[in-house]
Amino acid sequence: MTTPTPVNPIAGADLSIETTGLTKRFGAQTAVDAVDLAVPRGAVYGFVGPNGSGKTTTIRMLLGLLGATDGQARVLGSPMPRALDTVLPRVGALVEGPAFLPFLTGAQNLRRFDAADRHSTRRTRESRVRAALDRVGLTHAAEKKAHAYSLGMKQRLGLANALLMPRELLVLDEPTNGLDPQGTREVRALIRSFAADGTTVFVSSHLLAEVEQLCSHIGVMSGGRLVAQGTLEEFRRAGARERVQIRTPDSEAAHAVLASLGFEIDGRNAASDLDLVTGVMPDGTEAEAIVTALVTAGVRVRGFEVVRDSLEQRFVALTGEGFDVVA
Amino acid sequence: MSSPEVAAPISRAGAGTLQLLGNELATQFGRWRTWAMLTALALVPILLGVAVRLVGGSRPGRGPAFLDQITDNGIFVALAALTVAVPLFLPLTVSVAAGDAIAGEAGHGTLRYLLTAPAGRVRLLLVKYLAAAAFCLAATLTVVVVGVLVGSILFPIGPVTLLSGAQVSFGEGLLRLLPVAAYASVSLFGLAAIGLFLSTLTTVPIGAMAATAILAVAAQIVGAIPQLDAVHPWLFTDLWLDFGDLLRSPIVWDSFARNALLQGGYILVFGAAAIARFTTKDVLS
Repeated sequence: MTTPTPVNPIAGADLSIETTGLTKRFGAQTAVDAVDLAVPRGAVYGFVGPNGSGKTTTIRMLLGLLGATDGQARVLGSPMPRALDTVLPRVGALVEGPAFLPFLTGAQNLRRFDAADRHSTRRTRESRVRAALDRVGLTHAAEKKAHAYSLGMKQRLGLANALLMPRELLVLDEPTNGLDPQGTREVRALIRSFAADGTTVFVSSHLLAEVEQLCSHIGVMSGGRLVAQGTLEEFRRAGARERVQIRTPDSEAAHAVLASLGFEIDGRNAASDLDLVTGVMPDGTEAEAIVTALVTAGVRVRGFEVVRDSLEQRFVALTGEGFDVVA
Repeated sequence: MSSPEVAAPISRAGAGTLQLLGNELATQFGRWRTWAMLTALALVPILLGVAVRLVGGSRPGRGPAFLDQITDNGIFVALAALTVAVPLFLPLTVSVAAGDAIAGEAGHGTLRYLLTAPAGRVRLLLVKYLAAAAFCLAATLTVVVVGVLVGSILFPIGPVTLLSGAQVSFGEGLLRLLPVAAYASVSLFGLAAIGLFLSTLTTVPIGAMAATAILAVAAQIVGAIPQLDAVHPWLFTDLWLDFGDLLRSPIVWDSFARNALLQGGYILVFGAAAIARFTTKDVLS
């Protein structure tokens, strides 16, 4: 397995979610293993990792649905689950897919969840339900029974439930699951608008493209552990190193040329790749200049390629396993 | 972001619980299944009344209690129907309502959204229990009210001869049905508490419903075995049919009180078990 290279944790910031050593074991299986989350207030935090990496279990602990085996969690500055009653009214949640009573209409389901929140006000319930339905584009389906909703509509209704009250934090588990491309774009636009209102958004996803487009911060889960965490910029920088790959029978000479240009040489490659020379490009080097230098030095160039590590490759390196990267 | 309503948290919490209860009752009595069960219960006095009307009354001492009196006075349809419904039909429907309480929400996945609302686990149990108790009341009243209606349509009505031999007016006879209905409802409260507890153990509602119904039947079987009479006073089914005392003059409340005490014990024990289980439960549904 690849050694994780943790990006510097966000230290000293005002945190919406903070966990230390958060652990959940089910019998002998450790689902979440000593996770230290740091989600700054106002961030859009992408919580990514393959299916089964412990994302949903972590979210369930943050929301007080599961008790932690070990470690602490603070949400909006208060310990969970001890301060659940005062914290959760300020948190909107979509956990592991939307769920409704099928025999009630969309609006009735929302009224029911709203009535369950003892901090909600009956007087404003109807207008808040309408506003939430309107915000996710479900006004026309408000009086339809939930069993007649498509998966995408249920997903929107789930988001509407998270928006019934003004929230300081939204915890959204796979919010674009089951949505068509247009629905996906709309949900992303919604999430951006929440963030623009100053709401912290903690969004889990297994779609990297989504995270890259939406998030200011990223945490990567793999096998129950948080293997990396940081701002998107830090991830980009860490993964943005450009390297050249040169195919040549004159590898010694090529190494010399690259070294003279300030390259960080990766060293000799495996026996099968005797003629492949790779190195990390220093900033500001132009590819054309490298080729010119090589040719001038009499290096016979059979192949030349500039490779840039994508965020995707970086995630695969971090999680060390197949990753669903379809947007 | 903080709402101005955070002041006066205690009164608000009370009002909030009433709102949740109101919503729960509206949901329960708005769903098709509840009305299907109440309709099935209504069929008990209807079938009973029609059968007696068509075939004729039975001789005294044969068939369920009160059956032989139906042809004399229609009001006894309600009492005979209650006697028939108490051992099986009423507990079956209550098992469905109570067994579904938490397990049904878990099965639909709505439990996690109620808890993150946050409904509060103890508060949710309380509301679910009160809704199940409301169903017990509705179920019993259905049998009694439909019984009186069917009886007064198919049979003569008039002054009612009580078990003690005294005669009271038809109106007073109707009034006497109220404590009888209350008695049968209270009888089911213990079962509802058992069902609520079983409902916290599973995410499969049908399992909790079946287990509750089986317990109701098993308790009655144990109650019918004389060799086990040492445990009889502890069975929640032990006093289910002892509402005859309410039909004497003057009215005797002893069995009502004993039954209420017995059911109260079951509510305490299984309510506590449900709270202990549910407040520490990992919600994975």
